[in-house]
Amino acid sequence: MTSNAPAHADAAPVIEIRNVSKWYNNFRALKDVSINVRKGERVVIAGPSGSGKSTLIRCVNRLEEHQRGQIVVNGIELTDSVKNISAIRNDIGMVFQQFNLFPHLTVLENLTIGPTLVRKMKRKDAEDLAMHFLEKVRIPEQAGKYPLQLSGGQQQRVAIARSLCMQPQIMLFDEPTSALDPEMIKEVLDVMINLAETGMTMICVTHEMGFARTVADQVVLMADGEIVEQGEPEEFFNNPKMERTRTFLDQILKH
Amino acid sequence: MTTDISSRLTQADDQAPVDDSTLLQWMHKNLFSNVWQTVLTVAVGYALLYFGWRFLDWAVLRAVWVASDPALCSVPGAGACWAVIVEKHRPMLFGLYPYDEHWRMVLFIGLYLGTVIVSLTPAFWNFRFLVPLWIIVFVALCVLIWGGMFGLRYVPTSEWGGLPLTIIMFSGTVLFGLPVAVFLALGRRSPLPVARGVSVVFIESLRGVPLITILFVAVSIFPLFLPPGVEVNKLLRVTIGVAIFFACYQAEVIRGGLQAVPRGQYEAADSLNMTYWQTTRRIILPQAIRIALPAITNHIIAAMKNTSFVIIIGLFDILTATTAVMADPLWSRFYIEAYMFVAFIYFIFGYALSLYARQVEKWTASGHN
Repeated sequence: MTSNAPAHADAAPVIEIRNVSKWYNNFRALKDVSINVRKGERVVIAGPSGSGKSTLIRCVNRLEEHQRGQIVVNGIELTDSVKNISAIRNDIGMVFQQFNLFPHLTVLENLTIGPTLVRKMKRKDAEDLAMHFLEKVRIPEQAGKYPLQLSGGQQQRVAIARSLCMQPQIMLFDEPTSALDPEMIKEVLDVMINLAETGMTMICVTHEMGFARTVADQVVLMADGEIVEQGEPEEFFNNPKMERTRTFLDQILKH
Repeated sequence: MTTDISSRLTQADDQAPVDDSTLLQWMHKNLFSNVWQTVLTVAVGYALLYFGWRFLDWAVLRAVWVASDPALCSVPGAGACWAVIVEKHRPMLFGLYPYDEHWRMVLFIGLYLGTVIVSLTPAFWNFRFLVPLWIIVFVALCVLIWGGMFGLRYVPTSEWGGLPLTIIMFSGTVLFGLPVAVFLALGRRSPLPVARGVSVVFIESLRGVPLITILFVAVSIFPLFLPPGVEVNKLLRVTIGVAIFFACYQAEVIRGGLQAVPRGQYEAADSLNMTYWQTTRRIILPQAIRIALPAITNHIIAAMKNTSFVIIIGLFDILTATTAVMADPLWSRFYIEAYMFVAFIYFIFGYALSLYARQVEKWTASGHN
């Protein structure tokens, strides 16, 4: 099964972002952005810094609030209603650039705290679940350590496992490898590729274009708060339509 | 086979340098390395030895340890008069508490300190053990100090004093004040306008006034607002007053700790769909308190000393009891020894608190600095 196999083409979108705008005081960070993401689809969002890509995915799980437009996840609209926000967050896992592991808890505790507190799982079941995902990210032996005792790549993999323990339908990645050494980027990307192959719906903000080419169903370029171009990786990389895209590709692919 | 870098280093290079400096070498390096350092070492050393000897001479060698007649202490060539402590330790330590019942106070202190030490030891951290233990001990302590049952003579709160009173006020301040401080700190950072408003007003107004004013209000003004006939024990009112004052200072310290917790922690917890209280209790507060621990310890030790304010309702804790006792014209010349004794007691408590706080920092290190 190649990672580039198109997702269930006629499935209804699990995430609909319609004409979303966001302001930080007077600065407009998102300008009328619309994207649909279908179930099992892998979307990579790229772009220069300040383009609004992180802001956009952070709006999806309400870490940021959008002022205009609608965001609908699994049929539930994202509003100020705490009930809606909670229902939406239930289905979404997020991985951050800075890992954001809980430093005062061991790796195992980091993974079990969500399931035990939020899903009211029994401690033993949660630990079994945690070990299962630790094995998936290939670091089961680190379960008893504290996050600060692990390398960056290991910490990020723990962070991915922690999100997976909540068994989400959708995973958001906010520049997951940007804070890592080059040697560790590969181990994290491998985990993400494995995850993609299991059919997880993923939205990934990243600069790793190799990953985009391998895994993405849709690649989106954002600049200045707007979507410049979006399309399948073949089209996007080989046949960019917009000038801005061509400039971006030149900058990013010319190392 | 190419020779890589590691094989170029010899076995000897790979060993860390062995530190085999002797005491003499250490002294040479740290005390006598150059002229100025040597001069400083000699000067400080001389001062230490001189004053140290004089103190030792006064405090131990020429001291008068037991004497019921103060004249024995005034003999020329006599050193410290520790006899004043032997003579006066009862009123100093127990205040106005009836003389015959002092054994109850001793039991009180022993039982309390013992239970506290047990509670603070991780080996005993088990709710099913600690909660019943404290319920029993609390009842026992009340019976001991109040009396009125089991044949023990009743002693009203107006006759309590000395070290047990200091301990009671200190415990009340910390036990009541710390949770209030946490809620005030959380309230001040809350997005809910009412919670924030109340917290800000509370903290700013009570932090800005002297403790004496708060106690004055608690003692004299507060009863005016009570319905006629309702009376709240004075000691309780003063303890709550000191506790609230302590809480306001402590709230700001804790808020500093809360601010130092990275925003990413909140975001990670939100992404896991944890509620506000789950996040606060399990993720944010443990980190915030660990960060603020040195400052929190500061205020706790200060609270120990603020217990002296109980004089405002005519009760004598160890410090004021000592002052009162030293008014005795026969012994009043030996106030230095008396205050050194009280200072020593404060120091023991303060140092024990510091050591414990340091131990807590080690326990919660989890890989940090």
